[in-house]
Amino acid sequence: MKCEIDIAGLTKRFGTNTVLDGIDLCLKPGERVAIIGPSGTGKSTLLRCLNWLDAPDAGRITVGDLSVDAAHATRAQILALRRRTGFVFQNYALFANKTARQNITEGLTTVRGWSQAKAAARADEILAQIGLADRGDSYPSAMSGGQQQRVGIGRAMALDADLLLFDEPTSALDPEWVGEVLDLIRSIADGRQTMLIVTHEMQFAREIADRIVFMDGGRIVEQGPPARIFGDPQDDRTRAFLRRVG
Amino acid sequence: MRPLDTAYMWDLVPIILGYVPLTLGMALVAMAAALVLAAVLAIVRVLRIPVADSLVAVFISFFRGTPLLVQLFLFYYGLPQLLPALTNIDGITAAVIGLTLHFSAYMAESIRGAILGVDRSQWEAAASIGMTQGQLLRRIVLPQASRVAAPTLMNYFIDLIKSTSLAFTLGVTEMMGAAQKEAAGSFLYLEAFLVVAVIYWIMVEVLSVGQRWMERHLGKAVAR
Repeated sequence: MKCEIDIAGLTKRFGTNTVLDGIDLCLKPGERVAIIGPSGTGKSTLLRCLNWLDAPDAGRITVGDLSVDAAHATRAQILALRRRTGFVFQNYALFANKTARQNITEGLTTVRGWSQAKAAARADEILAQIGLADRGDSYPSAMSGGQQQRVGIGRAMALDADLLLFDEPTSALDPEWVGEVLDLIRSIADGRQTMLIVTHEMQFAREIADRIVFMDGGRIVEQGPPARIFGDPQDDRTRAFLRRVG
Repeated sequence: MRPLDTAYMWDLVPIILGYVPLTLGMALVAMAAALVLAAVLAIVRVLRIPVADSLVAVFISFFRGTPLLVQLFLFYYGLPQLLPALTNIDGITAAVIGLTLHFSAYMAESIRGAILGVDRSQWEAAASIGMTQGQLLRRIVLPQASRVAAPTLMNYFIDLIKSTSLAFTLGVTEMMGAAQKEAAGSFLYLEAFLVVAVIYWIMVEVLSVGQRWMERHLGKAVAR
């Protein structure tokens, strides 16, 4: 099957430090890929480059029929790429001046030009899906971390993106809220939404992912089905990492 | 020591009050213009727009680094010698322009601080859903920044109202100018300036009450 998302030679440097060193990755439609690896190996940077929150220095990102070359990306291409890739932040990053519902409708009305009524109706569907049907009018400051992150996920879902990017979505949460957020991500994964998730929750990655990608030093070291990566890792670095987190 | 001529003071009150609209009008126009200019200056600085950023930095430094009175004199008496087109500028216009530039420099810095106070991740989140820089500033960042900056900006407005009294040095008869004229006729300087001082004071107190109300009100919506 053809790649829905095709990442080729993606490279990102901060000063002289090469954080992403020519990443190649292909995601098939509906494929759920979890990225694991030690801290500081470029996992989050990879996700951020795919949403152009960090501008890659070289390489090509293709999402469906949109192909963006890092060397000459235009502003319009960057906006188009962002509209096709939903991003879920580690610290939720909700708009503090907007209610839960408005956080979800914002992209629909401002970016996609939907009417308020149409966007609100869609937001109510999403609020129900994320289990916050009764909290639509709450401001983020009045919600728990788990609720805020669910709104963060809802905001990304509203874009109907080809690809959802989860950047350590439970790392900033108190342990008591991790379960509800993982449950929500699991339900989205069950809907065969193409997604890339950076996570330290190994058990969770194993459950929901079709494929595990192990990164180290800005490169993909090893990838494969969860059973193989966790059960029979080939590379020494993968083995060492899994032993540490195991 | 002579007693205060209170009858004269009471007679002065309506005369000075007659100039309140001019004083408030100058202050309001200057404030509105300064707010717009300050927001633009702050955004230029926050976004670090090349060249413009440096020019704005110099602008802010100059208008914060020199006395308002000197700026007004430069504007009204000095610039026309350089630009003859300004020769016919009237004192009110010159004062309003001078106050606008002066206060925009101060307000730009507090707006900039307030913008930088908006969590960076919210900028990213807005960008991540495909908002343009203009959209994310208008819809996410500036509404939050203005809440933070509002009390400070209100202080500047109060300061601005009082600073309009300097327009009298440009020959404008506003509240202070009127008091000065009355005093010059009656020689009752103490009475005339007391009356104008008390009227300024009351105006500012009324605004301060409004300011406190506004702070409570704004604080509620997005309490953290």
